[in-house]
Amino acid sequence: MAEPILDIRNLTKSFGALKATDDVSIDLRDGEIHALIGPNGAGKTTLMHQISGSLKPGSGQIRFLGEDIGHLGVAERARRGLGRTFQISSLTPEFSALRNVMLAVQARQGSSFRFFREVMSDTSLTEPAMAALERVGLADRARIPAAELSHGERRQLEIAIALALGSRAFLLDEPMAGMGQEGSRALTSFLDRLRGEAPILLVEHDMDAVFALADRVSVLVYGRVIASGRVEEIRNDPAVRTAYLGEPA
Amino acid sequence: MTRETIFNVVLALFLLALPFAAMAMGEPFYVSLATRMAILALAAVGLNLALGFGGLVSFGHAAFFGIGGYAAGILASHAFNAEPLLFAIPGSDQMPVIWIVAALAAGFAAFLIGAVSLRTSGVYFIMITLAFAQMFYYFAISWPAYGGEDGLSITMRNGFPGLNTAVPVTFFLICYALLMAALLLLWRIRDSRFGAALQAARQNEVRVAAIGIAPYRIRLFAFVLSGMITGVAGALFADLNRFVSPSMMSWHMSGELIVLIILGGAGRLFGPVAGAILFVLLEFLLGGITERWQLFLGLILLGVVLFARGGLIGLVAGKPRHG
Repeated sequence: MAEPILDIRNLTKSFGALKATDDVSIDLRDGEIHALIGPNGAGKTTLMHQISGSLKPGSGQIRFLGEDIGHLGVAERARRGLGRTFQISSLTPEFSALRNVMLAVQARQGSSFRFFREVMSDTSLTEPAMAALERVGLADRARIPAAELSHGERRQLEIAIALALGSRAFLLDEPMAGMGQEGSRALTSFLDRLRGEAPILLVEHDMDAVFALADRVSVLVYGRVIASGRVEEIRNDPAVRTAYLGEPA
Repeated sequence: MTRETIFNVVLALFLLALPFAAMAMGEPFYVSLATRMAILALAAVGLNLALGFGGLVSFGHAAFFGIGGYAAGILASHAFNAEPLLFAIPGSDQMPVIWIVAALAAGFAAFLIGAVSLRTSGVYFIMITLAFAQMFYYFAISWPAYGGEDGLSITMRNGFPGLNTAVPVTFFLICYALLMAALLLLWRIRDSRFGAALQAARQNEVRVAAIGIAPYRIRLFAFVLSGMITGVAGALFADLNRFVSPSMMSWHMSGELIVLIILGGAGRLFGPVAGAILFVLLEFLLGGITERWQLFLGLILLGVVLFARGGLIGLVAGKPRHG
């Protein structure tokens, strides 16, 4: 079998006595959605931070596209193709939706040290940005400042930014959070198609979405992976049912 | 044309007309007032790149202003006394040479200060830039070779090829031209890729890093360029007064530049111009009435911060548009 796109081995992170990530090993293979579920405080977001580089790992290894990226900073990991979205939307609020995405296109093209050409008339930035907005259904809101977008639209914009980065793997931290039913459904079918482009590590509380989308599921409790496998296996795993799905074994 | 553009043109024309109106009224003193406006505006344009666009509240830009001033003073004094500087480099009394030296010296200082202080943010950044500037200030005070506390006089205003800089209006036009050139540069930068990254880093540093742009390098470059522009303004200021002293590097000066920007509108292209015109006018008008004019300046600043966050430009043109 081919080497996984993202391969995490024995990752550990402690905050004082608390083990937020406890010997976690998971991987992400081409074409799949790997969902990461677990109760609040299980360390899902901590793990996402460690993978994206905003938290330094305590110990363990993170390999991405065959290379060890554990020592790299956030920006360098993003340049190598790790596209993340945030649990709480993180955008440049004064910029329009379009300019938010254009910044990602610019980052992908690799040069921010250009001083004279006006970005708004630079079609090598505006066209790919517009295309990404169209894919997430935000094209008609392109000129609206991010601060004035609705909650759901901001989530969509986050995804458009990840798309525009041309990421080789997506780290999506609760993309459905706070979205209406309609929005969740639309996003579910969108992510379903997206996995063909690049695999997705998905942290999500919306179980309908997880069970509809995921190829594999890993369950994180107190920083530890207590179960990992295909959707049916997880659904029927007694330890998972007790710890997470809230049913007696 | 947007309201902001129209107001910018009005400001530019007002400043340009001022010395000619002064000459027509037979009040040549006002020419130097207008020159002061142009120079302070230029210094603040430099700071605006870091503070307004980049959100880097530097409380140490007086260091760059003073370094530019000393570059002019030191080169001119060596040229006047026909003594070479270190390594047999001659002094110079030519403005273009002085500006280049001022920009390079200030840029180098900005690189050193920025490389350290940009690792911090918020209040720490403000305090570290202040501390660095104070170090330069005390260094200038304790350096007897160039006047120490007494400062250094420039016997004759430095020259410019083909122009008589001793004529006040000519000198004004030189300062004005440099101001416009700096504004042109900042206008291009604001709308460029670099400007986008810089302004985005001010709004959300985490996001900028997450898409693969390291904010530190962007900010450091902006900070250096900012220091260079302010340094050139310092050289002009020394030539205006034909005198340079450590007070150009004091924290009052840093504060004054910040006040200019807040009065005019932080992050707005012509904010520093509006601020400098307003500041020098207030200083002149209120200063004529009472020695405690800064009390009233304080009240006006309070009013701006409480009721007109965008400064004068914000008041006239509303919120900025980012396309």
